[in-house]
Amino acid sequence: MSAARVGVVTFPGTLDDQDAARAVRHAGGEAVPLWHADPDLKGVDAVFLPGGFSYGDYLRCGAISRFAPLMEELIPAARAGLPVLGTCNGFQILCEAHLLPGALMRNAGLHYICRDQRVRVESTATPWTSDFTEGQEIVLPIKHGEGRYVADAATLAALEAGGQVVFRYAGSNPNGSMNDIAGIRNEAGNIVGLMPHPEHAVEDLTGAPSTDGRGFFSSILKRLVNL
Amino acid sequence: MARVIVDVMLKPEILDAQGQAIARALPRLGFSGVASVRQGKRFEVELDGPADDAALADVRKMAETLLANTVIEDYIVTVERAES
Repeated sequence: MSAARVGVVTFPGTLDDQDAARAVRHAGGEAVPLWHADPDLKGVDAVFLPGGFSYGDYLRCGAISRFAPLMEELIPAARAGLPVLGTCNGFQILCEAHLLPGALMRNAGLHYICRDQRVRVESTATPWTSDFTEGQEIVLPIKHGEGRYVADAATLAALEAGGQVVFRYAGSNPNGSMNDIAGIRNEAGNIVGLMPHPEHAVEDLTGAPSTDGRGFFSSILKRLVNL
Repeated sequence: MARVIVDVMLKPEILDAQGQAIARALPRLGFSGVASVRQGKRFEVELDGPADDAALADVRKMAETLLANTVIEDYIVTVERAES
């Protein structure tokens, strides 16, 4: 049986694509590089939108990337059920593309934050989080200046009522996110975005605070193998 | 060339952390009497032709699509110079 193929997107200014690809391979999958200017998903089974500063965060984080040629393919595929995970800048891009509701704004304290963060898993009903248990606390690195999740009151209520809050900051809220939200999913559950970085927490060797990030990759690979 | 201005501001209910930081800095610099500051973006759009109804409809579409994120921001379109 051939390995499940997870696409990893690179925009100009993406930083974490190499770590994401490595994490996919570490979990036993095949990482397929996808290029922003090439409107071709190469038949992948899932897509990882990594973090960084695509297009230098010009205009708004993710605002330019959202219109990249690759996104013209990715947006309808995601709406049709393709599993997509966006971390950090990837989460911002998913919000700008309206694949996820709400927006990510400048941290309440204005500072760029780089630290290890406790995060509580609130939902395992996504293809990216099935290997966790609900209520489980994990530790992942965060590194962002614009991670404050905001949405209007009706959207926020709908997210909470529908179990679409997938991750919440535990301990302290680093950026002023509404309802301590660290990550959310769409209604169907196939699209997940979060500010913390699972791809930086898969190997002890790199000095990661944990290997809790492995759960994301083992979840998606199990899902793809069992399809 | 006709020139159209698009002002983009955060919606009133959205916390403007940068505006607050600016407001807090002003008294330290000797500027008193400022109740609050909100920070936004100004786009100056130069048109090839006149700023007629069709062109303004286009600018509004630009604002909706790219210049503003209407989840968190409002925009106002004003004509600074109508004729080319």
